[in-house]
Amino acid sequence: MAENSLKRSCDVVVIGGSTGGLDVLLKVLPALKPTLSFTIIVVLHRKNSADSTLEALLASRTSIPVREVEDKDVLAVGHIYLAPADYHLLIEADKTFSLDYSEKVNYSRPSLDVTFESAADVYGDTLVGILLSGANTDGTKGLAAIKKEGGITIAQKPETAQAPFMPQQAIDNVAVDFILDIPDMISFINALNN
Amino acid sequence: MIAEAEVDILLNDLYELYGYDFSNYSRASLKRRIVRLWMLDKFPSFAEFRYRVKSDADYLKRFVEEITVTVTEMFRDPLFYRCLRTEILPTLTAKPFIRVWHAGCATGEEVYSMAILLKESQILHKSLLYATDLNPTALEKARRGIFPLGSMKQYSENYIESGGILDFSSYYTAQYGQVKFDEKLAEKMIFSTHNLVSDRSFNEFDLIMCRNVLIYFDKPLQDRVLSLFDESLGQLGYLALGTKETINFSTIKPNYKQQGKEKIWRKIA
Ligand SMILES: C[S@@+](CC[C@H](N)C(=O)[O-])C[C@H]1O[C@@H](n2cnc3c(N)ncnc32)[C@H](O)[C@@H]1O
Repeated sequence: MAENSLKRSCDVVVIGGSTGGLDVLLKVLPALKPTLSFTIIVVLHRKNSADSTLEALLASRTSIPVREVEDKDVLAVGHIYLAPADYHLLIEADKTFSLDYSEKVNYSRPSLDVTFESAADVYGDTLVGILLSGANTDGTKGLAAIKKEGGITIAQKPETAQAPFMPQQAIDNVAVDFILDIPDMISFINALNN
Repeated sequence: MIAEAEVDILLNDLYELYGYDFSNYSRASLKRRIVRLWMLDKFPSFAEFRYRVKSDADYLKRFVEEITVTVTEMFRDPLFYRCLRTEILPTLTAKPFIRVWHAGCATGEEVYSMAILLKESQILHKSLLYATDLNPTALEKARRGIFPLGSMKQYSENYIESGGILDFSSYYTAQYGQVKFDEKLAEKMIFSTHNLVSDRSFNEFDLIMCRNVLIYFDKPLQDRVLSLFDESLGQLGYLALGTKETINFSTIKPNYKQQGKEKIWRKIA
């Protein structure tokens, strides 16, 4: 099954993290191929201040263009998009982003579940969802939605996570396709490229 | 999950029965709000959900209020308010009369924040704040000026970060877990329902605030609403949007100049 999954084409990789998630990204991003054949969407729980330092920090680790999403941005191939602080990030059928300032979900805004579910709805089996370190239950429902729509689901190997609770929660509740440490995660994402 | 066709059926009911047109709203967010409400109110089937929306006027109010998102805060994005305080309002003080329009004011926290800024700039006495929203229930809350005490710590921090120097609690009186804002602030506010989709321009303004409303609209509707604001702004008037919203892809853009890095534009032609 995994073999078949890998042969399918991938349009979007959505990566969600909470406590400890940023550190993983800072290791993964520099190791990715600079020209990607898909789009990466990053959702991190962050303190709700409107500073742009996170965008700059991620951009400093990769030559792939990184952009904090503005309302109605079009998803471009080969780019990394970051969910802005204090908004939920959704994806429209016409492959543009929408922002939503509604109640927090799992005590979080942006919520990983919201973006994962929305991406699953639009991208179906061409979506890959990766859940990183965190001390929250966010992301589990989202991975379940991705799985249900035929996408590939990955959880960070809990032993390698600064906060193992979040990936463990997903592993306990969803039949995730892969449980990967950081080097394997890097190889996996690079192998999606074509 | 709800089927696309079911969303269409509901939207069509709302339009035919009540005249609310949500067809140009951002679909992903609308759909999520509908599913959320369906779960929250535990309807066993779509048919039952739909029946309730069609037959119960009180439920309709709840439905519209829940799918349109009335979440808001006082002094949200303090640096935006600081810019209003230090850059924008000083250019208005010479005017004999100042008109502000809060389009999509929700439960009014933004309007009270503005009244405080105007008061501290000593121009509240000659200002009028028109606060409009689609949701009558939200406007009713705004009119009362009563907010949860629990939010005040955050609001007070926001206020200070926006450049406020007074004791924030001097603006309200607390009672039973709630606070009521000074009636003097509310004297200059006019609340009214106004639907940005279907209602027209109703006055000429010096400053229009429409924050975190356009994110719920698709691009064609955003463009229509921005033209409505353009018609409603006087010469050299200001248009202020939410931090992630822009006029850059709209037809009105050539006539506007962005003020610094905040999402505030000035009408220059
Ligand atoms: C998220 S709130 C924004 C409140 C406030 N401006 C802020 O930024 O905190 C969005 C508001 O837009 C209102 N709204 C949505 N559609 C509207 C329409 N067609 N006409 C007027 N108001 C609308 C909703 O009722 C809601 O109160």
